[in-house]
Amino acid sequence: MVSVFIRRELALLARQKADWLNPLLFFIIVLTLFPLGVGPEPNQLRIMAPGIVWIAALLSVLLASERLFRDDYRNGVIEQLVANRQALMPFVLAKIVTNWLSTGLPLVVISPVVAMLLGVEPAAFVAMMLTLLIGTPLLSILSVLGAAITMAADKGGILLALLILPLYIPLLIFASAAIEAAGMGLPYNGQLAILVAMLLLAFALVPLAIASALRINVS
Amino acid sequence: MFKWLHPLAKPEILYHFCGRLLPWLMGSAVLTLLFGNIWGLAFSPPDYQQFDTVRIIYIHVPSALLSMATYTIMAIAAFTALVWQIKVVQWAVLAIAPIGAVFTAIALLTGMAWGKPMWGTWWEWDARLTSELILLFLYLGVIALAGAFSDRQTGTKVACLLALVGFVNVPIIHFSVEWWNTLHQGASITKFDKPSVHPSMLWPLLISLLGFYLLMLALFCVRLRTAILQNEQHRPWVKSALGGQ
Amino acid sequence: MYFDSFSDFLAMGGYGFFIWLAYGLTYLLLIGLVAYCFWEVKAFRQHIQQKLARAQRIKQYQEADQP
Repeated sequence: MVSVFIRRELALLARQKADWLNPLLFFIIVLTLFPLGVGPEPNQLRIMAPGIVWIAALLSVLLASERLFRDDYRNGVIEQLVANRQALMPFVLAKIVTNWLSTGLPLVVISPVVAMLLGVEPAAFVAMMLTLLIGTPLLSILSVLGAAITMAADKGGILLALLILPLYIPLLIFASAAIEAAGMGLPYNGQLAILVAMLLLAFALVPLAIASALRINVS
Repeated sequence: MFKWLHPLAKPEILYHFCGRLLPWLMGSAVLTLLFGNIWGLAFSPPDYQQFDTVRIIYIHVPSALLSMATYTIMAIAAFTALVWQIKVVQWAVLAIAPIGAVFTAIALLTGMAWGKPMWGTWWEWDARLTSELILLFLYLGVIALAGAFSDRQTGTKVACLLALVGFVNVPIIHFSVEWWNTLHQGASITKFDKPSVHPSMLWPLLISLLGFYLLMLALFCVRLRTAILQNEQHRPWVKSALGGQ
Repeated sequence: MYFDSFSDFLAMGGYGFFIWLAYGLTYLLLIGLVAYCFWEVKAFRQHIQQKLARAQRIKQYQEADQP
C-alpha cells in the first residue's frame, strides 16, 4: 500500500520539477548570501558554518512544504482517503518518505559542495553529513505535519513558518552542537544519539497527528 | 465528580455557572493581586544581594509560573477536546490562549527589566529566557492558526491539535535549550542562587501568585462566556440570556 | 512601611526606573487584557442586538406588505 502511494508521489514529482528543484536552489542561494552578508573571512565562516547550513536547510524544507497537500486537497484526493480509513496512514507515510527523498536527500547530496564553499574542516564535515542524514527526515516529518495542519487555511504560507519553526528548534540546537563539537575534535556521539531519539519519537507519534489533522481539515 | 462535571459540558449551564463565579473571582483577584504587590513593593525588605530590584519578583515569578500553568491547562483541554469531542472544551482552548500569551509576555518583559540592572544586559540567551520566548511563539501560533480558517469549527479543532503537539514539544525544547546553554558557555552566567526565601518575602510572593491565578481564572470565565455566546448565537437561550440585561 | 519617605519609595534605592518599568508594563498589559475581554463581550452584545433589531424590522415590513 505504501509503495503504491510512493510511486504515485514520485511520478507527480517527476512531472513537477519545480517542486523539488526550487528548494534546492534556495538552499544554495541562501548559503551564498551568508558570506556576502557577514564578510568573507575564512575563520569567521568556519565558525558560523554549522549554523548557516542548518538554517538554510530549515528554510528550504519549509519552502517545499507549503504546497505539499494543496493539490491533493483541491482535487478531493484527501477527502477520498479520509473516507476510506485504511488508506490514510499509508498515504501519510508515503508523503513523509517522498518529501524526504525530494528535499532532504538532495541537501545531503550537495553538502560536500557546501562544505567546500564554507571551508569546513574534514572532521566537522563528516559530522555535518551525519546530522543532515539524521536530521532531514525529522524536518520532513515536522513539515508534513505543518502542511497538514494548515491545509485548509486561507493564508497558509507565513502561518506555516510561525507554527513549524519553534518545533524545529531542538533539532537545530543539537545538530549545530554536534558539528561544533566535531570541529573542536570532541566526541559528538551524544548529540547524534539524541537526534536519533528525536527522530524515532517523532516517527512514532507525528504520523498520528498528521492523520488526525487531515481528518479535521476535510470534515 | 463526573456527575457534577457532566452538566457543565452543556453550553447554557456552563455560561450561567461562569457568570455566577465571575464576580467573586474578579473581586478576589483584584484584591489579592493589589494586596500582594503593595506588600511586596512597600512593606517587604530588600534583598541583601539584589537590593530593591528583588521587588520585581512579585510579578515576575507569578507570571512565569502562570504562563506554564496556563499552557498545561490549555493542553489538557485540547486533549479532552480532541478525544471526547466536547465543543465547550474546544472553545475553552481558544479562550485561554491569549491570556497565557499575555502572561508569557509579562514574564519576558519583567525579566528583561530585572536583567538589565542585575546582569547588565536586557537579554541573555539563557536557557530559561529562550524557552519562555518559544512558549510565546507557541501561544501566538495557536491563536493565529485558529484565525486562519474560514470555517470556525475547523480552525478551533486544528488549534487544539497544535496546542497538544506543542505541549509534547515543550519539555523537549526546555531540555534541549538547557543543554545547549551549558554546552556553549564555559563561563557561568549570573544565576539567582537563592537561599531559602525569608517569610517576609515569601508571603507577599505567594499572595501575588494567588492573585495572578485568580485573575487568570476570572479572565478565562469572561472569555469562555463570550466564546459560548459567539458559537451559540443562533440558539434561543442566548436571546433570553442577553435580553435580561 | 519599609521606606522612610515617599521619594525613597519612588527611588527604590536607585533602581526605581527598572522596578517601575516592570510594574508599569505588567499593569499596562493586564489592564489591556481585562479591557479587551470585556470589550469583546460588549461588542458581541451590540452585534446581537443589531441583528435582532434588523430581524424585527424585516418582520414588520413583511407584515405591512401582506394585507
